[in-house]
Amino acid sequence: MVARYFKGTNQLTAFYFKQHRFKILVWLIGLIGITLSVASAYPSIYNDEESRQAASLTMDNPVMVAMLGTGYEMEEYVNSVGAMFANEMLLFTAIAVAIMSILLVGRATRGDEEEGRNEMVRALSVGRLSSVSAVMIVIVSTNILLAILTGIGLASLGIEGVELEGSLLYGSILGATGLLFASFTAVFAQVTETSKGTTMFSFMLLIIAYLIRAIGDVSSEELSWISPLGWTVKTGVFVENDWWPVVLSCIVAIMFGVIAFYLHSIRDLGAGFIAARKGKTHASPFLQTSLGLALRLQRTNIIAWAIGLFILSSSFGAILGDLETYFAENEFMQAFIVVDSDYTMTEQFITLLMAIMSLISLVPAVMVILKVKGEETRNLTENYYTRAISRTRVLGSHFLLAVVVSFIMQSLVALGLWSVGEVVMDEAISFDTTIASAYVYLPAIWVVISLVIGLVGVVPKLTGLIWLYVVFCFVVVYLGDLFDFPEWMNNLSVFDYIPQIPIDSVNFTAMVVLILISFVLSIIGFSGYNRRDISG
Amino acid sequence: MSILKVTNLKKRFGKFTALDGVNMEVKKGEVFGFIGPNGAGKSTTIRILLGMLKATQGEARVFGKDVWADAVDIHKRIAYVPGDVNLWPNLTGGEVIDLLMKMNGSTNLTKREELIKKFNFDPTKKSRTYSKGNRQKVALIAAFASDADLYILDEPTSGLDPLMETIFQECVLDAKRAGKSVLLSSHILSEVEKLCDRVGIIRQGKIIETGTLDELRHLTRTHLTIKTKKHITSLNELKGIHNLEEKDSERTLQVDAEEMDTVIRYIAEFGILKLESSPPTLEDLFMRHYQGEEYSNSKIEGSL
Repeated sequence: MVARYFKGTNQLTAFYFKQHRFKILVWLIGLIGITLSVASAYPSIYNDEESRQAASLTMDNPVMVAMLGTGYEMEEYVNSVGAMFANEMLLFTAIAVAIMSILLVGRATRGDEEEGRNEMVRALSVGRLSSVSAVMIVIVSTNILLAILTGIGLASLGIEGVELEGSLLYGSILGATGLLFASFTAVFAQVTETSKGTTMFSFMLLIIAYLIRAIGDVSSEELSWISPLGWTVKTGVFVENDWWPVVLSCIVAIMFGVIAFYLHSIRDLGAGFIAARKGKTHASPFLQTSLGLALRLQRTNIIAWAIGLFILSSSFGAILGDLETYFAENEFMQAFIVVDSDYTMTEQFITLLMAIMSLISLVPAVMVILKVKGEETRNLTENYYTRAISRTRVLGSHFLLAVVVSFIMQSLVALGLWSVGEVVMDEAISFDTTIASAYVYLPAIWVVISLVIGLVGVVPKLTGLIWLYVVFCFVVVYLGDLFDFPEWMNNLSVFDYIPQIPIDSVNFTAMVVLILISFVLSIIGFSGYNRRDISG
Repeated sequence: MSILKVTNLKKRFGKFTALDGVNMEVKKGEVFGFIGPNGAGKSTTIRILLGMLKATQGEARVFGKDVWADAVDIHKRIAYVPGDVNLWPNLTGGEVIDLLMKMNGSTNLTKREELIKKFNFDPTKKSRTYSKGNRQKVALIAAFASDADLYILDEPTSGLDPLMETIFQECVLDAKRAGKSVLLSSHILSEVEKLCDRVGIIRQGKIIETGTLDELRHLTRTHLTIKTKKHITSLNELKGIHNLEEKDSERTLQVDAEEMDTVIRYIAEFGILKLESSPPTLEDLFMRHYQGEEYSNSKIEGSL
């Protein structure tokens, strides 16, 4: 019986390890590397009682509790760097581990099945449950490895307040959260028919778990008991060191793992329990336009970026108030910081923030244009060009969409920062200033969009280079002063020409010049695109 | 009247010459078969005709207009079905059919429904779940539901089952009856024989043979099966004899069209008991052109 169901599991386990070793390695190095490097930076950031006290003040507001979890008592932060570290890092690292598990399990189970690879394996002399057990062995080992390495790594840093038991608990709860979401994903992989459905349901569950925990942590403690991510933060790592959330997570993970195995054993290969929804028989009039089609194909991506940017900018908004308090109350800081203008520290902070956020909202806009190249690679553009649709129209509607997306993203950035900032700050920044400081970056974003148009039109093989340019702009904005780059290098970044509102005044000449450059680049791109061979 | 005319068309990709002087013509109301081995340049020719690739040299005109400069205009009256249909995975089949039809400006909903029923196609599923044959149906339905004057079909039936292939053939013949023209590239030679009025064979970027099937047959060999009273001697010394084989008392052979008279006279002297002749199939033609003379020569040596 056992042999019949599980034959070949060992070979398949080795096979899956081999197939996914690179991904696993990158995830492990990334997760452990970030955890350890952040942890080792903490003692120097919070090296005295005042700074810990100040930081604990920033933690003690509902927005931060919603974002990071309930946290600890004030004296715990002062007593231990560990508490500070755990509060700021644990939940988000746990979410990252959950994402790793969801992606790996979704890919290796339903993904392989959907693309017919599983069919070839099942045609061999292997058991019905062998491939799913092999995937489970791989993901369990990965999470255990993560738990042990993180635990030992943290303990070996020898940071005051980061002792052995707490370190091991920190690693274990990460691994346990990973296992929990791996088992949820495994169940979804049985229930849905597509890998997209599997990951979508799993991510939805992750988001719901996060939201329930956020609401629960702020308003009612009972509610956060429902959420697995609520358990994660209830460990009280480095202070109370409660192990029961790890045990609870493991038990629930095993339960769902068993359910996944059972469902897998009774279903047909390729089938699911939720039948794929019937779709529309006809295309809506909007979908039948070039712009409508472009929007529809990228809808999910654009919405995800929009939500992500809004959350990111509102969470920056949330710390503005505490930043204000921090600067105002801390005599120590006031003595050292020279207020060099009529502008507050907060306003100076906003200019840097806007530059970074604009670079992030550039990404979805660039992706909109790159889609044209992506569709060509996948032989989808032939659907347009073998019909009465001109190249100018296809590229043009993507251009328009990218411009609209850049506008929406910048609006959301401003809106998120302003709306939350207004609630938490005593002297709120005005809406006009916020929106102006965001929109002023639009011409720079458009230059980069036009640059992609130029690449797609003239040198389609090199379109990937645009990411190098985006990274370069980011380095100049973020680290330009630190590295002391020569002036000509800073000048290569279009973002360097943008006036930093509210500190600088609006420089209309620079804006007009940037818009002109954008025009020239896009004209080159359009004419190149109309002249070259289309490969698919 | 010529709907499509290609003159001395050349296409180079870097150093590689894909097309080396293609000449071709499709007349109004005619089904033109375009055959050739993989990599011979069929799809490249079609992509130039559709204005996706720019010819290095030569001229290609559809409806009298230049295929590159007037692509969008020409496409309003063209329907195209590729051999490998790629669809947007998150749209349903029905949505894609509407989109493809709309892109050509036509929306004949009755014909759309009729074809969906005929091809037994479920338009409510997401494209990612369709098999190759079903993806092909999407393109075929969109093509035949639109009101085109020229159908360009590039191996359109490679994923269809025999039943669906029959329906496809009906669609082509319907189009022909309505006075439309069809350019059909295919590897299924029985299909080409059944549907096409004229055939062009392409090999290594050149059209090496064009004509009606009858004309092409004249250029090639006839199969003979013979049985004679006396044993035929030195038949293999005659000119124009190929693939000679002896089985029991019967002989099978192929004869070049121009040597037929001499061969028949020669064997008549041995007293004919049985004489069967069959026209060469397109497959024979195809094999001969694809594999060149070496093939038939080696076969003769091997068999004797």
